[in-house]
Amino acid sequence: MIEILSNYLTGALLIIGSAFAVVAAIGINRLPDVYSRMHAASKAGTLGSGVMLIALAIYAQDTGTTLRALAGVVFFLLTAPISSHLLAKAAYAVGYPMWKGTVLDEMPPDSRIGADD
Amino acid sequence: MRPDELFLAASELIALALLSAAFLLTVYRVVRGPTLPDRILGLDMLVAAAIGFIAVIGIRTGYTLYVDIAIALGLVGFLATVAFARFVLARGKTEGVLPPGREREVRDRT
Repeated sequence: MIEILSNYLTGALLIIGSAFAVVAAIGINRLPDVYSRMHAASKAGTLGSGVMLIALAIYAQDTGTTLRALAGVVFFLLTAPISSHLLAKAAYAVGYPMWKGTVLDEMPPDSRIGADD
Repeated sequence: MRPDELFLAASELIALALLSAAFLLTVYRVVRGPTLPDRILGLDMLVAAAIGFIAVIGIRTGYTLYVDIAIALGLVGFLATVAFARFVLARGKTEGVLPPGREREVRDRT
């Protein structure tokens, strides 16, 4: 009984996770600049691989594998925002252009504290 | 074959097909660019897709030692993205530099 349930749950989580991965890939191709592409890659991409690892954790019968898969999910959820924030900060500091439809740039060069006004 | 095993086998195949599509779309973005941060972002996304592949293969073969490989791959991907970000910061802007009056082309190229 519990095996039937875990089979159904694992299959559903696999499809959900790969659908998130596809959405992230479409977002990477369709969004206009690197800052908005980062939304797709770091949120939907991380969620996709995390959900598929949770599927593996549910499918695995022994405690060690389940715990390692869950530790991997926690690790990805911790590191993905750090790496993409660092990449966005580096791209912004170097001056890669934003999309021309961007409505708000909160750190334009002449608004920093101590700048001449 | 019981219906739940059939469902699991079908979902594994569907997941592999969807992950392949995601992988190829991301490769297209990595190849196309147009800037270095776009390519770094694409490589980060490729690591996420590879982790998804590893999870599906681990379920399909029952060889759950693949979880350790997935964790190590995630660590390597994180460190690679951080190192690439430091590289972007250290290198400065060297691409898309056009003479005055032509910056609009860079901005419009998506």
